[in-house]
Amino acid sequence: MTGTVRLRPPRHPLDPRAVTWWTTRSALVGLPVVSALVVAAVLAATPWVLVPAVVLAAAACAAVVVLPRWWYRLHRWEVTETAVYTRSGYLWQEWRVAPMSRIQTVDTVRGPVQRLFGLATVTVTTASAKGALEIRGLDAEQAAQLAEELTHTAQAVAGDAT
Amino acid sequence: MNGAASSDGFERLDPRVLVAASALVGLVVLVSSVPAVLAFRGEGMPWPAAAALALGGALVVTAAAAGVEYLRWRATRFRVTADRFELLFHLVLTRRRSLSRDRIRTVDISANPVQRLCGLAAVVIGTGQHAGSGEADIKLDAVSRQRAEDLRVQLLSRTPAAATAGAAAAVAGESAGHESPGNRSLAVLDWSWVAYAPLSLLTPALAGAAAGAVLNVSGWFGVDEGAAAELVAGFVRAAALAGVLVILGGALTAGAVGAVLLFVEMWWGYRLEREPGGTLRLRRGLFTTRSLSLEERRLRGVEIVEPLGVRLARAARVDAVATGMRQDTQGRRPDQRTLLPAAPRAVAERVAAAVVHRQRSPTAEVQLVRHPVAALHRRVRWALAAVVAVVAAAAVPAVVLGSVFGDVADEAVGGMLAALPVVVAVLAAPGALLLARDAYRNLGHGISGEHLVRRVGTVRRSTVALQRSGVIGWTVRQSYFQRRVGLVTLIATTAAGDGAYAVPDADAAEALCFADEAVPGLLAPFLEVTEARG
Repeated sequence: MTGTVRLRPPRHPLDPRAVTWWTTRSALVGLPVVSALVVAAVLAATPWVLVPAVVLAAAACAAVVVLPRWWYRLHRWEVTETAVYTRSGYLWQEWRVAPMSRIQTVDTVRGPVQRLFGLATVTVTTASAKGALEIRGLDAEQAAQLAEELTHTAQAVAGDAT
Repeated sequence: MNGAASSDGFERLDPRVLVAASALVGLVVLVSSVPAVLAFRGEGMPWPAAAALALGGALVVTAAAAGVEYLRWRATRFRVTADRFELLFHLVLTRRRSLSRDRIRTVDISANPVQRLCGLAAVVIGTGQHAGSGEADIKLDAVSRQRAEDLRVQLLSRTPAAATAGAAAAVAGESAGHESPGNRSLAVLDWSWVAYAPLSLLTPALAGAAAGAVLNVSGWFGVDEGAAAELVAGFVRAAALAGVLVILGGALTAGAVGAVLLFVEMWWGYRLEREPGGTLRLRRGLFTTRSLSLEERRLRGVEIVEPLGVRLARAARVDAVATGMRQDTQGRRPDQRTLLPAAPRAVAERVAAAVVHRQRSPTAEVQLVRHPVAALHRRVRWALAAVVAVVAAAAVPAVVLGSVFGDVADEAVGGMLAALPVVVAVLAAPGALLLARDAYRNLGHGISGEHLVRRVGTVRRSTVALQRSGVIGWTVRQSYFQRRVGLVTLIATTAAGDGAYAVPDADAAEALCFADEAVPGLLAPFLEVTEARG
């Protein structure tokens, strides 16, 4: 029996409120579009517009009810003493690793909807133009703490991180 | 040439910029005043009056340009202190820019023909920050040629000993014309390389431009588009294929000539050398001369680039993979990082090896790991999908034009249109399949000493040798389709070059082991061994 190597999932899940956040976000996009189509169908008396409306409504329902729970299971993160490790993506899954010694900046961003739920996104950038890691949907306080921790650790390492 | 410096160490740009600017603007205005004179004549003005008016206008514009240039010259001052480079622009408002000298990564010199006549050169001082991060480059436009050379040596040399050696070498180089003692030459231009110029992807691009220009010019001479279209239709009716071939051949010839001329302008006097103090220096250019300096500290590897035509001729180009290469808004400026133009493969390998201080180039030395056959299947599927899309696109004119212009187009045209999708399919399918197979065979990765090597691409095959210590992170990507066949795309992120180099469609487990071996310790904590079933 031979073993095969694979990446293990990162240790921590996001904050459970991320599910509510994604649900709200999808609803905020989906509802106006669907209702606009329905209104148009009624006002202009063009019943065929209801067909795309129904299709869109079904897609929106999936995005609101099913997808956030799925996403929640896929998005995970972990910070060890030597590296930051994230997993994200749905159909295109992505694992990213950045060593602590190469971290350049750590930002936290809170969008309007995220603020509603007390969440934040942590972005960790390295010297590579394409190497940024994002942890979307952490508890805001935890995110701030994490950012501070990472900044502190990264600063302790000498060099220009290239 | 520090004579222009004032007591606080600030010096001005070379006053000859006034001459250069006035000459350039004067020339342009003078040339464009010829049609103006003709226009005045057309209005019924006598010759002397028309000429005087045009000349007066030209003088006013030139004087204005000279005035603006004078203000700019007066306003701009710069100085080099022990640890900073400062640029001061003082005109109504004052703008001071200051660079820490140990953050300076590039000092490039260029001189266009007018500047060369005046003995001037422009200096661009770069910090290696990505464009848009607020730390844009500083440009001195312009100083004397000697001062530019001194600045380059002064700003790039970290140790005083290297600085004096470099300065001595530079001065000697100036007087001797080309050869600089103390510098080790890595490559000089071989005129037989010009034969590779038309093989690059530039040729079809220039050919398209030439065809467009011909249509434009024929427009000026009253051959309106209808007539041009009529002409094309005539070609189609009479000797369709021959006509097309003639047009195509003509355009391609023009493109090839253009590519050769461009090569001559860009690579005239090409010389790549290593200077004491750890700098690679590249000099080239016929009309506009350029001198690009690359600190070897910033070098993270080399890339051997082979566009299809060039590869078929067994030639290759060498690019530098370095941090802080100047990037435009598009994110790249390829000519800035090319170390060697398309040259025979052996030469390219030799230069690549010399650049990374190796006996043999890591790209030649390593036996690359082939990718699983599933990667071939994916490429064949993409190729067939592309062919289907192209054939469908070719069928559109037949369907649409056939119905709309059915009565206008005669049978020959109609037949041609109907045959188009078939011809396209017959021509494209084998080509696409060949490319797919070639793309698969070119996939590979491996480790060669301190370098990680990956090869990818068919129309533009790229073999990168990246310093393993230059890898600053890994990204592993797996699509739903890749998951089903056990493939992943492994991406090494780096501060240099493109920022990320992908190894597409590698075996999942093998790729992870490769990444772990290339950069020990980084990925290891996140790997687990599962027991495979079956």
